[in-house]
Amino acid sequence: MLEKFRGVGQVAIDPIHQFQVQKWLDLGTFGNQHLYFTNATGFMLLSSALIVLLFGYAASRGKIVPSRIQSIGELGYGFIADMIRSIAGEEGLKFFPFVFTLFFFIFAANVLGLVPYAFTTTSHIAVTLPLALLVISVVIIYGFYKNGFRFLKLFMPSGAPWWVYFLLIPIEVISFLVRPLTLSLRLFGNMLAGHIVLKLFAGFAVSLFAAGGMYILLAPLAFVMGVVMNALEFLVAGLQAYIFAMLTCVYINDALHPAH
Amino acid sequence: MDGNIVEGLKLVGAGLAAIGMNGAAIGVGRIFASYIEAAMRNPSAAPSQTGNLFVGMALAEAMGIFSLVIAMIILFG
Repeated sequence: MLEKFRGVGQVAIDPIHQFQVQKWLDLGTFGNQHLYFTNATGFMLLSSALIVLLFGYAASRGKIVPSRIQSIGELGYGFIADMIRSIAGEEGLKFFPFVFTLFFFIFAANVLGLVPYAFTTTSHIAVTLPLALLVISVVIIYGFYKNGFRFLKLFMPSGAPWWVYFLLIPIEVISFLVRPLTLSLRLFGNMLAGHIVLKLFAGFAVSLFAAGGMYILLAPLAFVMGVVMNALEFLVAGLQAYIFAMLTCVYINDALHPAH
Repeated sequence: MDGNIVEGLKLVGAGLAAIGMNGAAIGVGRIFASYIEAAMRNPSAAPSQTGNLFVGMALAEAMGIFSLVIAMIILFG
């Protein structure tokens, strides 16, 4: 019996195992790439499907007195619309579908990852970096489309003495180019670190219980700590999606009003 | 024997890299402390600043995440 628990403990103690990409289906070879349907693909599809189902259902039967699902949809709409309005102004509402999709995709992926045995897609740089690159390309392309070369004023804050610009412009350019990196690493790092901590506390509980004797008294402490960390992770899941969407709005505001 | 020393020093390096995270912890703590302090003085202005609060938190936290990523690269890279 004890041996069995030790075995369980050793498996549970490996907190990195949850991030392994597993091949579910072989899709064959296209060109010189071999494609697989992995658990990452599966959970990304699942999170998008959940959003489409939720908002599709919420929007399908619109009533003047909203049902519960419709209220959720309206709250989500209002939340994102208010956020864009307060940061980027009325003009920013052009980007409402973009920010809305980003927020709810990341939120769904984060929350889905909290389900035991689920795979957290946002804990991989391969997922978060394309999202961030998408945001920054939208900002750059729209910035040049709308302002032309006046978009470059973004790198030239007004009101400084002329000799400061030799230092200021390189700093502004670097801080702009680093944005996709920070945007993706923040989401990735938060999800990675949070999930490692979750699995560590769960592993402590199991291995303390398996150790027997006095240690069994300590096992509930680790378990309670794990539950508390789980609650914290729910907060982080929402907060990181919020921060990602919010910083997207801040960057879009730069594209809309480059001279600051 | 040599291999073991390299492996061991890798762990030490990862630990040292993770020290950078305490700067982020201090920064995030200060942001929330200042926010609450200011919110106590002028509660009516507090809700309008939650956006700035979270953007500031995100920017400070990113620095800590960088050191975590460096530690991870040393460990698994």
